[in-house]
Amino acid sequence: MPDVLAVPIEHQFDDATQQREAATMGMWLFIATEILLFGGMFLGYTAYRHAYPSAFAEASRHTLIAFGGTNTAVLLISSTVMAFAVRAASQNRRKLLGLLLFVTASLGVLFLVIKGLEYAHEINEHLLPGRAFHIDAADPQHAELFFYIYWLMTGVHALHVTIGVVLITFFAFRAWFRDAFRNHDTPIELLGLYWHFVDIVWVFLFPLIYMIDRHS
Amino acid sequence: MNEPSARTYLFTGIALLAFLGLTIAAAYVNLGPLNTGVAMAISFAKGALIVLFFMHIRYSKPILWVFVGAGFFWLGIMLVLAMSDYMSRGWN
Amino acid sequence: MTTATLQAAPQPRPLTKPTYLADGKTIRSWLLTTDHKRIAILYMISITLFFFIGGAAATMMRLELLTPQGDLVTSETYNKLFTIHGVVMVWFFLIPSIPTVLGNFLVPLMIGARDVAFPKLNLASWYLFMAGGAFAVFSIITGGVDTGWTFYTPYSSTYANGHVIAMATGIFIAGFGSIATGLNFIVTIHKMRAPGLTWFRLPMFIWTIYTTSLILVLATPVLAITLTLMALERAFGVGIFNPAMGGDPLLFQHLFWFYSHPAVYIMILPGMGVVSELIPCFARKQMFGYRFVAYATVAIGVFGFLVWGHHMFVSSQSIYAGMIFSILSFAVSVPSAIKVFNWTATLYKGSIRFQTPMLYALGFVGLFTIGGLTGLFLACLAVDVHVHDTYFVIAHFHYIMVGGMVMGYLGGLHFWWPKITGRLYPERLAKLSAVTIFLGFNLTFFPQFILGYLGMPRRYPVYAPEFQVLNVFSTAGASILAVGYVLPLAYLLWSLRWGRVAGPNPWQATGLEWTTSSPPPTDNFEKTPIVTEGPYAYDAQAAEAELEAGHA
Repeated sequence: MPDVLAVPIEHQFDDATQQREAATMGMWLFIATEILLFGGMFLGYTAYRHAYPSAFAEASRHTLIAFGGTNTAVLLISSTVMAFAVRAASQNRRKLLGLLLFVTASLGVLFLVIKGLEYAHEINEHLLPGRAFHIDAADPQHAELFFYIYWLMTGVHALHVTIGVVLITFFAFRAWFRDAFRNHDTPIELLGLYWHFVDIVWVFLFPLIYMIDRHS
Repeated sequence: MNEPSARTYLFTGIALLAFLGLTIAAAYVNLGPLNTGVAMAISFAKGALIVLFFMHIRYSKPILWVFVGAGFFWLGIMLVLAMSDYMSRGWN
Repeated sequence: MTTATLQAAPQPRPLTKPTYLADGKTIRSWLLTTDHKRIAILYMISITLFFFIGGAAATMMRLELLTPQGDLVTSETYNKLFTIHGVVMVWFFLIPSIPTVLGNFLVPLMIGARDVAFPKLNLASWYLFMAGGAFAVFSIITGGVDTGWTFYTPYSSTYANGHVIAMATGIFIAGFGSIATGLNFIVTIHKMRAPGLTWFRLPMFIWTIYTTSLILVLATPVLAITLTLMALERAFGVGIFNPAMGGDPLLFQHLFWFYSHPAVYIMILPGMGVVSELIPCFARKQMFGYRFVAYATVAIGVFGFLVWGHHMFVSSQSIYAGMIFSILSFAVSVPSAIKVFNWTATLYKGSIRFQTPMLYALGFVGLFTIGGLTGLFLACLAVDVHVHDTYFVIAHFHYIMVGGMVMGYLGGLHFWWPKITGRLYPERLAKLSAVTIFLGFNLTFFPQFILGYLGMPRRYPVYAPEFQVLNVFSTAGASILAVGYVLPLAYLLWSLRWGRVAGPNPWQATGLEWTTSSPPPTDNFEKTPIVTEGPYAYDAQAAEAELEAGHA
């Protein structure tokens, strides 16, 4: 099988299967560490929301659900495109791979732009915690606590999106111009895992941030 | 590993967007204390779709199922035991 | 599944390969190496350095405590000394010690692999460790930190002077080194085992390193985010833990101990792994209840995550949560006791040889048992109210960490020294130092149990005059201990040049690492070994007969 031989096998591995399975397993472990990294912040959120439910509900109604909802859709679509990109990589279709990666990265950029507009709006509305913070709420102190957590969690998430966009763009160029992943699609698969994970974090953040007691 | 088909990806994507619509709709219905529970259940369903199909866990060896489970299980340990303090403290 | 992928034997290699030590002599060949054995040596040198930094701080503290007055250093300096001692010893010596030195060296050798799964990541983790260490040393040199190694908020985030952020950054970066190491080991142990090496044929050291890696991977990220939040609070006034802004300082403690309690098991499990190798070898006997010891290892790792609240019994944590954490803490003693019983049962009717590694192993078992049992006192809610924040706690965890982990590390270092360097250390001097360490250790820390029980609080340079006698004992013990630690440094270095050549297997030990030459070639094995039996295939009766014949 000539295309199997094309994969460079590092000296510690015996064959391509072992190498690929080791890499995938490593990526999943990395994702487990990321779950716990975000988990620390989720615990902060849960503890304070449990302690100050009404302040959190009130603060949450100051967030822009239209922006948040659109952004969720953007990320879900980008994840779907990424899934097709991984498929294109495994089928050695380099132009399609490059194109789909580029679309994924563009959607990531769109997410960041929308998030940035939302941040700008919140700064104008004095919702950035600090000296200038001001909110019309019964319990402004704990509403501010909500916004600490909001900025923190979305900020760390946005950092992950940014890293993802940079990597995806880099890989897109490598696929398009160098055909770097012919018979060697493991890097693309791992990149996909990372991007899907970033998506999942947002899937949980979205209802927790934007939709506390929206009905009342 | 048998790859999922393009149709699977497409349906997964559509299901995810449908769930998104459902989350938003459910948020505007007063379910009392259930609102958060419903929202989290939908989020878990979305996460499960992504993990199983986009991230290929559905087609992977059992050990990877264990690793995915371990991440969430340990997060659960942290939330449950720490909240056992907060929920029984009576500090308000 | 794993064995299937490994069946393809590698192509035959030329018979005489250079040892890993001879394979490149330049500094560059060391600093850019991806060989797990060389990375182990890099770690060994680095953590030895950190050990003596942390030890210097401890020496200053013990000297200060010689008299009840604060006459050697100011209170502020004393605070900085115990912070330096804690931070350096925990994150830059104990946590990396056995996993990164012996683990890096032995994991691929013990499972019959050519290297770890991700050799470049392995080197990167050493650089992360060193970068973290550089931040910590910078913070020490430019004025130090006085928060204690736990960085409790709001003191650390609001009031403390000194370079808290630099110190936290150092720990944060070193933490990612730990994560990388743990991830590497888990994948290596899953994917790189030699044909026939099933899970229940693995040496117990591998089981403990696996469990330790699991803890590293799952707990360290929480430390990273916790220190980040603390640093953000300090730098920008983010109020997550600040009660003045509605935050809860106990949240910091929950997050911190979610990492730092399991971290205790990062520090002790690998020591248990080393002892589980030493005792069968020097008792010439199969390990008693191998499977139970393996299960107990994993159980300790998992239970270790369920008990962190016992550090917070007097912190205004809910009393009901305290009760749950207390009960769960008692539960950890079950798998720990299983291990002690199994080591003891392994010794029973063994053909025991009291060579240096065995002395360390026996010391470990005794000291760990004392440390573990006093842990039960502390896990008991009512007793903890009395002894919390006293020297009782200090004595307890030093029995685990110094009596346990450092003894384990030194025992392992002596045991595998011939494999690592190809040379034997001077046996008589080594025995002398093992006994010195054991005596010095007990003289240092046993009086602290009594001091704590009598109510002497930790973290003060000044104490009531009636405590002086016991403190003098403790300081005297510490100086003996210091001699015990300097001796191995001297004779191990001496042995590099003048030690007797060891040969591949000086202990007649089982295990794949002893089937290759000492020091091993870069690729570890001439050809991938095939495993057909379980570990510890020792025969006590044959060994005894051999011993008698030798003496007759």
